[in-house]
Amino acid sequence: MRVFLDHASTTTLRPEAKASLISALELTGNPSSVHSSGQITRALVEDARDQVAKAAGCNRSEVVFTSGGTEANNQAIKGLYWSSQRPVIISSALEHHAVIDPILWLAEHQGAQVHWLQSNRAGELDLIELAEVLEKNQGKVSFISLMLANNETGVITDIRAVTDLASKYQVPVHCDAVAAFGNMPIDFASSGVATMAVSGHKVGAPIGVGALLVRRDLTLSPLVHGGTQERSLRSGTLSYSMISSFGAAAEAAVRDLVERESRLKALRDDLEARVLAAIPEAIVTVAGSTRLPHNAHFLFPGAQSDNLLFLLDQAGISASAGSACTAGVLAPSHVLIGMGIAPELADCSIRVSLGHDTKPSDIDAFVEAIASSYPVAVREGANQKAI
Amino acid sequence: MKVLAAMSGGVDSAVAAARAVEEGHEVVGVHLALSRMPGTLRTGSRGCCTIEDSMDAQRAANKLGIPFYVWDFSERFKLDVVDDFIAEYQAGRTPNPCMRCNERIKFAALLEKGLALGFDAVCTGHYASITSDQDGNLELHRSLAMAKDQSYVLGVLTQEQLAHSMFPLGATASKDLVRKEATERGLSVANKPDSYDICFIPEGDTRDWLKEFVSSEPGQIVDTEGQVVGEHDGLVGFTIGQRKGLNLGRPAKDGRPRYVLEIRPKTKEVVVGPEAALEITELAGARFSWCGKAPENSTDFFDCEVQVRAHGDAVAAQAAVVDSELVIRLVEPLYGVAPGQTAVLYLGTRVLGQTTIDRTVSAVVSNV
Repeated sequence: MRVFLDHASTTTLRPEAKASLISALELTGNPSSVHSSGQITRALVEDARDQVAKAAGCNRSEVVFTSGGTEANNQAIKGLYWSSQRPVIISSALEHHAVIDPILWLAEHQGAQVHWLQSNRAGELDLIELAEVLEKNQGKVSFISLMLANNETGVITDIRAVTDLASKYQVPVHCDAVAAFGNMPIDFASSGVATMAVSGHKVGAPIGVGALLVRRDLTLSPLVHGGTQERSLRSGTLSYSMISSFGAAAEAAVRDLVERESRLKALRDDLEARVLAAIPEAIVTVAGSTRLPHNAHFLFPGAQSDNLLFLLDQAGISASAGSACTAGVLAPSHVLIGMGIAPELADCSIRVSLGHDTKPSDIDAFVEAIASSYPVAVREGANQKAI
Repeated sequence: MKVLAAMSGGVDSAVAAARAVEEGHEVVGVHLALSRMPGTLRTGSRGCCTIEDSMDAQRAANKLGIPFYVWDFSERFKLDVVDDFIAEYQAGRTPNPCMRCNERIKFAALLEKGLALGFDAVCTGHYASITSDQDGNLELHRSLAMAKDQSYVLGVLTQEQLAHSMFPLGATASKDLVRKEATERGLSVANKPDSYDICFIPEGDTRDWLKEFVSSEPGQIVDTEGQVVGEHDGLVGFTIGQRKGLNLGRPAKDGRPRYVLEIRPKTKEVVVGPEAALEITELAGARFSWCGKAPENSTDFFDCEVQVRAHGDAVAAQAAVVDSELVIRLVEPLYGVAPGQTAVLYLGTRVLGQTTIDRTVSAVVSNV
């Protein structure tokens, strides 16, 4: 039996989501059709919209369903840029590629000027720098894009402090909340953000559905043109079965959030303490930062991530280095590099992320496997240097 | 045994892995990422480290039901193979990068990593056989499929490396049989074209590729007496034994065609001379190794055969270690052998050892 400790990449399907999906698959009807068949599937979409709105603390008409987090981030970033007519974008080097890459695309193809905010070793942004950049670029900033919680380290951004600053300059803020949604309380209405990206499969829905929350008074240029579904922002036949499943998962995730947060935090803290006891060289990457309760991020000096992941996998454990992967090759994480961690050490990272079905025995299995894998990986690393 | 199957994404390594699984070994598939740009798509039949090749390898591993990983050796590959290749050309020699890759990557970096991570052997799709003599000494032999035999590029392996290597295709009579077996096993790579040439030169034009790295300053073409007989635009266009494209204004005294005999990077000179001067009678190199057990009394000349190209024939020779150099005397001369090439010694089908050629001796003129 495999031990799955990579819930930040995608988490187990929740029973409620599975039940909604299966029952929706029994139906036939385009939710945009006028007839009764369409009305039945439309009702599923609208029920899900209520569920997601409630989970994220927003108005139901602020929920725009998408294919997932990446599309939601692309829609927000390109949509805000195209509708603002302003040249400057402010973001951070610690963002997910679903944010960094569309911004780089705008810079490369449409003349956007990007200011990447610095962060410290704890993964926290410099708000003084943000204030200075906003002051210096008055009337020129298109939008600010910052994540609510980092997908690798779990460090939480004080997004309210960001929106307070931004509102003084009338600059909209987009927030990538893909890693945060379902893992910490979110209140879109009071957050001050203009748009927020969330994803279904991080809360227990299948992969392939997500949403962009768009403030009611905000006008965005659409990415996709067609049948004018979803406030004309996201044309395309509504995937009622996936959306229905997303709604059920979001509702379930918020329902057990308080209990889950405290349970997973206790398991995570136990995991970190035991790993440090077993491997004194290990480093809890952002020990002192405000971070998501289900995320444990380590640096294992001298042991490369790919070797550790291989050995853990062979021991039946699915974990992650947290970083991007091209053709299966791990590159040092841009997030860790952005925090000022040396590339050789950044190469030694492991992210362990717990989920709603994680059991204490999973933690035991990880601690045992990492304790035996670490010395092997260190020896292998020393070998490669010696050849 | 715990076996690490190196899977390039081609049919040979896929079938080799399948046979290792069938023999009851615990097999894990690995694809080596060697390119600096792993995201690129395959162009033509070349290359073994594109994303498509990686996917092909993964699909084969899925089919065999074995775990699969991609291991990044791009940094090592650049240092040990690509940079070496460029440096050799810069020094006027003709290197064999596949040999270097086997020596430094597949049966060194990969094998070391595998051993460190708890594996017993590396399995590849090379066409060659490993046997042992009555004392248990391991021997490397040519494959049964002579047309595909790859024992030449494995000549760098030592006894220790042979002990941790598996070549399941060695006893198969032809590549067609391997393809047939791949089809029977439902492997999607069964009809994938063979890869040719050098994997890191995607366009296949070595000369053109080298222009970026090797000086293309003009220089002089001289004859064996040092007389200037012409000019050239850059050394990168020349290869030992070349006859065409020299554009020599004046004909040779004897009126016969002239050939490139030597490339001198230091003085940017190309030396030309008569065909007879290409007749090489002796080869020698200081970077030599024995494949398996070393010959007894290797300081005395012994009878063997030598092969100087991956797809060349072996010819009769005598070899001995003289003053820390492996010296190979040819019974019949060979034409156009260049320093940098590898000479592999055979005794029948058995590979005895190899050396990178440092110098050649011709009946007419000596190239050092």
